[in-house]
Amino acid sequence: MHTLPQQLANGLFLGSMYGLIAIGYTMVYGIVQLINFAHGEIFMTGAFGALTVWTNLPDGTSIWVGLPLMLIGGAIVSVLIAIGAERFAYRPLRNAPRLAPLITAIGLSLALQQAIFVWYPGADNAKTFPQLGTHPYHIGSVDIQRNDIFLVAAAVVCMIGLAAFVRTSRTGRAMQATAQDPDTAQLMGIDTNRIIVIAFAIGGLFAAVAGVASGLKYGQISYNMGFQAGLKAFTAAVLGGIGNIYGAMLGGLVLGIAEACASAYIANIPGMEQLGGQGWSNVWAFVLLIVVLLVRPQGLLGERVADRA
Amino acid sequence: MRHRSLLLVTSVLATGALTLTACGSRSDDSKKSDGGGSSASNTTLTIGVDAPLTGQNSATGLGLQYGVQIAVDDANAKKLVPGVTFKVEALDDKALPATGQQNATQLVQDNNVIGAVGPLNSGVATSMQQVFATANMVEISPANTNPALTQGEKWASGTKTRPFKTYFRTATTDANQGGFAADYAYNTAKKKDAFVVDDKQTYGAGLAGIFKQKFAALGGKIAGTDHVNTGDTDYSTLVTKIKNSHADLLYYGGQYDEAQLITKQLKAAGVNIPLMGGDGIFSDTYIKVAGKASEGDLATSVGVPVTTLPAAQNFIKTYKAKKYPGDYGTYGGYSYDAATAIINAVKTVMDANGGKLPAMNDARAKVVDAVQKADFDGIAGHVSFDQYGDTTNKQLTVYQVKNGKWVAVKSGTYNG
Repeated sequence: MHTLPQQLANGLFLGSMYGLIAIGYTMVYGIVQLINFAHGEIFMTGAFGALTVWTNLPDGTSIWVGLPLMLIGGAIVSVLIAIGAERFAYRPLRNAPRLAPLITAIGLSLALQQAIFVWYPGADNAKTFPQLGTHPYHIGSVDIQRNDIFLVAAAVVCMIGLAAFVRTSRTGRAMQATAQDPDTAQLMGIDTNRIIVIAFAIGGLFAAVAGVASGLKYGQISYNMGFQAGLKAFTAAVLGGIGNIYGAMLGGLVLGIAEACASAYIANIPGMEQLGGQGWSNVWAFVLLIVVLLVRPQGLLGERVADRA
Repeated sequence: MRHRSLLLVTSVLATGALTLTACGSRSDDSKKSDGGGSSASNTTLTIGVDAPLTGQNSATGLGLQYGVQIAVDDANAKKLVPGVTFKVEALDDKALPATGQQNATQLVQDNNVIGAVGPLNSGVATSMQQVFATANMVEISPANTNPALTQGEKWASGTKTRPFKTYFRTATTDANQGGFAADYAYNTAKKKDAFVVDDKQTYGAGLAGIFKQKFAALGGKIAGTDHVNTGDTDYSTLVTKIKNSHADLLYYGGQYDEAQLITKQLKAAGVNIPLMGGDGIFSDTYIKVAGKASEGDLATSVGVPVTTLPAAQNFIKTYKAKKYPGDYGTYGGYSYDAATAIINAVKTVMDANGGKLPAMNDARAKVVDAVQKADFDGIAGHVSFDQYGDTTNKQLTVYQVKNGKWVAVKSGTYNG
């Protein structure tokens, strides 16, 4: 068990990324009750946007100079795609049966993936992404990569910023009102269309940060990176209570840590040798989801309103 | 609402699964003609090629296609089979088993096709074998390494039965590749503690299992084992486990897509042990994406490097002169030899029939028998097949990444 601190740290880093992406699912769901399955691809396009910025910077540019520009570039791409998806794919279906926007989301997800695969130069294989050096810091028995520090710092800053925005700003309070009751909110003079666009934009922004963090952490990005990450983030959002932004982050962290511990330790339990290891981490992640939903159907931090949970 | 949304999620997943398996319908452009006529004046026979020609693995797939093309051009120029002109029909399987099966069906329906070379991927081969067997048409793969394709599912326990008598291969199997890797790791590289990981796929799990068994048999210690999922990107828990196992070698059975991430995360965590794999990681992409982390990593691959073969120099010259795309390094020579085996078999069949080609159904069956008896020197070594359809040429090579390039460090044959 002496590897426990390291494995917890591994889970924490992974979970921060899930959490950042999960924010996008949960915000959109909280306001329009739509599961935006194209969100994983918005995360992916953010990473490609950032890479495009990096490749167009002059050779020899320091990553510390490039990183802010990459974040801006990635954010522009992700936010534009998220808003475009809302405007052209989801808004026309706002009053359609719920299945219609869901299928649209899947179609959009495939379209974005294939578009990058076909049109981004060299994207048929994984593309290398710059990293913040690969020498870890040693803290006790734990190794921490600089890229992971960026990830955690980004997650913390984004969460604090989002919490402050939602609680204190006028727009934030309008978002809360729209989530609680869109019709009444509209009657009170809130432009719900604008609120919905903002929800998509914030989701896209967080996805772009996660996309850059993922590129830094793994040193590569690929056209299909959004599929699995999106699925896990969606799980995290449901685990934490979909519709609740703190729940999304908490769900991400719980999921990441559970995955890390499951793949590290379940094989050590006598009689469970065959059910442990990295290959089973997804299975245990979903077992956790099922157990939590059986005990707390609204998710860890979900509201008790049946319609919202 | 909760139940409703769960229902929706279920339907979404089902739709996703359907999308993945959806098969594009392919226009059937098989040319119906009586190519099986007995006229010896000038018949045109087609050799089919099936390989991934677009998308992932396409560089290697194109090398396979043009390897066959050069063999056919050479045979036509030398008039190897008097009265017969050969041509190539190359179909793209995108590395998908379902598409491979459609291609196989298309080839056997075409009355001018006498035999096929391909595919590249063992998983695709599984879906094609039955189609060729039913049509009695010869299929020679220059790249499949999974032992079960020729020796049956129970090959590992020693009960070898050949499932399809129409299937042959000019590349040797993972049974030899895994053993050769274990031998190199233990005896040449002096590694004593190996951590073995695989991706749970037919190719990867098979290869890793053989390596583990042979490495332990040589006296090496297995420091630990684990499995990963294809498509995973985060291997931090695995890396922590490897670090604590104090292994001096990581053996990975799988493809470069996962291996490049594992080696990068391993080295970043300060674990400076080489990653060793099979021909699945023997790719320039692996080095390009993993960068410096790949330095010192090892890979086995079937055959010897084409560039070092004296008999293959003309082949390489032609390949470069014609500016064919793709990578001929690993399987180009074997593809050339596979096509030549079919061409030679056609000649044998015609010679036995008084210089005429029998009716197509009969000709295909006789070509299968003639390929079984093939015995000639190809450009990548001697070509002949054992009772399972496996090549008797069991050459293998260990490559190592040195200064950002795969460099051959040891070639040899492995016989268990």
